[in-house]
Amino acid sequence: MSEPVSYRLPHLSTQPPLLHPAYVSSQKRAPTLPLIRAPHTSSELSGPIFSASSVEPRICDLTRQSSGAPIGERIVVSGKVLDEDARPVRHTLIEIWQANAAGRYLHKKDQHDAPLDPHFTGCGHTLTDDEGRYRFVTVRPGAYPWRNHANAWRPAHIHFSVFGPAFASRLVTQMYFPGDVLQAYDPIFNSIADEAARARLVAGFDWDSTIPETALGFRFDIVLRGSRVTPMEK
Amino acid sequence: MSLVPTSSQTVGPFFSIALGRLCNENIAAGTAAGECMAIAGRVLDGDGMPVPDAVLEIWQADARGIYPRNGEKEDSSTAKGLCGFGRVATNEHGEFRFVSVKPGSGSDTEGREHAPHLLVSIFMRGLLTRLMTRIYFPDEPRNANDLVLGLVPEERRDTLIAKVADRAAGSFQWNVILQGTDETVFFEW
Ligand SMILES: [Fe+3]
Repeated sequence: MSEPVSYRLPHLSTQPPLLHPAYVSSQKRAPTLPLIRAPHTSSELSGPIFSASSVEPRICDLTRQSSGAPIGERIVVSGKVLDEDARPVRHTLIEIWQANAAGRYLHKKDQHDAPLDPHFTGCGHTLTDDEGRYRFVTVRPGAYPWRNHANAWRPAHIHFSVFGPAFASRLVTQMYFPGDVLQAYDPIFNSIADEAARARLVAGFDWDSTIPETALGFRFDIVLRGSRVTPMEK
Repeated sequence: MSLVPTSSQTVGPFFSIALGRLCNENIAAGTAAGECMAIAGRVLDGDGMPVPDAVLEIWQADARGIYPRNGEKEDSSTAKGLCGFGRVATNEHGEFRFVSVKPGSGSDTEGREHAPHLLVSIFMRGLLTRLMTRIYFPDEPRNANDLVLGLVPEERRDTLIAKVADRAAGSFQWNVILQGTDETVFFEW
């Protein structure tokens, strides 16, 4: 087995900065001193392994976690997890969480005056298959207000947590929906300077995964850090 | 073909509904060989206020300094008793705690020995990307030659080294200071 190689650093403008003043809670939480760049060792290039026994297979359908059906527009969210060489990331754990159709989370600290749905937890998980594919069935989350600035609303989104093969490949992100006018006003979405990188967080509408008479399909592919090629530093 | 890695976004305030499932303060299973330890601390923001909504992920080698490897069976001797991964959330006082076995030292591909350490990812509302750091141990002679610790200015190294809380009990204290005096060292990996 060949030794793993260091991952290349992502281009700065495609990742959000730690301090983004428009996102108010970053002001007291982002470190003020520069990060220290360090090479990857066996510590950063290894990572936890999740087996099929660590997931509950039926949890990937968020519309069937309860005795009744959740309120809202049923959707399929599917895609592939790839590395930078477009190789599938197999059997990796994906965890998702989201608000219900009314824009309310099943969380005691969510104060939004919108109804909870007794049939919707808003969370699920799954492992990618042999080709790096995943698939969730859920309902389209509602937009919700937050206190970042006057009349602040988060665009509809689903939170994604993905592991990949190593500590260095770990990613937490959010998937957005096409055509959502709130994206233009959202400091979290717009913390990413690169327009094309921002656009990749917006799922595509997908006829192929649409289930006739049941659920619209959205496609969201995820690229994790890691490639076969050793980066050549200038 | 070269694809650009997907951009990071914050975990926000409500992650516990999904990430809570894997929260586990015991990183080592009961059968893991090695010296038992507990690490506890607090996460503090730029005002010195506790952060009640942070989640830490820990990744560590076993007592011999060996990491479980992808593709290995769960029952292989490498991973026996130690999964090496832990996830703990802070409470309303910004406190976290986990127990494990002290990792061994291991060595890199050039044969250079590492000092024993744990890797930590820190996620919270307000952080658009996770923070990455390491926890080292006090009174550890191998700290002097550790590659990563050596990159840190000497006056800031203390922020990465856990303090002995109770030697007999094997308990340590290690805090995450996000800003200001004694700001924790975070790495770009
Ligand atoms: Fe959210």
